[in-house]
Amino acid sequence: MHLLDGVTPELIVFILASAACIAGALGVVLNSNPVHAALSLVGTLFGIAVLFVAQEANFLAAVQVIVYAGAIVVLFLFVLMLLGVDRAEDLSIEPLGGGQRIAAGIVGLSILALPLLAFASTSGEATGAPAAADAPNAITKTTPDVAQLGESLFTTYLFAFEVTSVLLVIAVVGAVVLARKVRRADYVEDPLVEAAPAAARESSAAEGSA
Amino acid sequence: MIAVAQVTPAWYLALGSVLFAIGAVGLLVRRNPLVMFMCVELMLNAVALTFVTFSRMLNDINGQTVVVFVLVVAAAEVVVGLGIIVALLRKHPSATADDITVLRG
Repeated sequence: MHLLDGVTPELIVFILASAACIAGALGVVLNSNPVHAALSLVGTLFGIAVLFVAQEANFLAAVQVIVYAGAIVVLFLFVLMLLGVDRAEDLSIEPLGGGQRIAAGIVGLSILALPLLAFASTSGEATGAPAAADAPNAITKTTPDVAQLGESLFTTYLFAFEVTSVLLVIAVVGAVVLARKVRRADYVEDPLVEAAPAAARESSAAEGSA
Repeated sequence: MIAVAQVTPAWYLALGSVLFAIGAVGLLVRRNPLVMFMCVELMLNAVALTFVTFSRMLNDINGQTVVVFVLVVAAAEVVVGLGIIVALLRKHPSATADDITVLRG
């Protein structure tokens, strides 16, 4: 039993959740089948939601599961199934060649090294000033995080919040425009009936331009 | 007995940078537009984790507010991005990111 002395619940939670996160992330990158990659992404998103709870961001953890795992991954799977692109690809082929993967690995290690060096230089402490205890943005143990987030969103960041609604409307309109089937004059749904009507249309187009 | 380390916020930051690096490598290595998009989501999530960790370190709720906005922007980005991918893959069912060298259909 003395082996477990000092093992806090937070340590166990962190190890399990971070293992889920990293395994899921590697699964996204290494799975040749896009459907399996999308399912691995769920593992990462759940792991991050658990880490949010461990850091007392309960509302964000719920939103993370609902929006990411519930909506975004389902959207990915819908697109995969709708388009029928859910077959495995051959990952041994290097499309760009010329050591592109080695270069990508070096870039990834540099991206990883930069923040790790930063932690080492500050010995893992944040350099910014913490919020004053009586400031409205200070986290208090008595107020729930939802209440504090709501107050922050609807007072300090009200304008930004309203702008996000405009952003969402623009995104919805843009998605409808993009996903709509293009209807051109020469667009034919069924290739079998293409020959005769296409010829007729060409002759009528020639008359129109003449 | 083994000295057990305490979980410090720096661990969460380190995990965030590992996830970000994996996502970046995946974005560079994979050529399937959908998988590249999932890697972008990975990087966004790594940043969200970092924001929440800093929010806890500095005792400041604004870090969590930023994550709410990141979520909204990510949702909008996914909708538009998947719209583009659907329009693209409908015309060229086996297109990879390298086939899209001109910004027109």
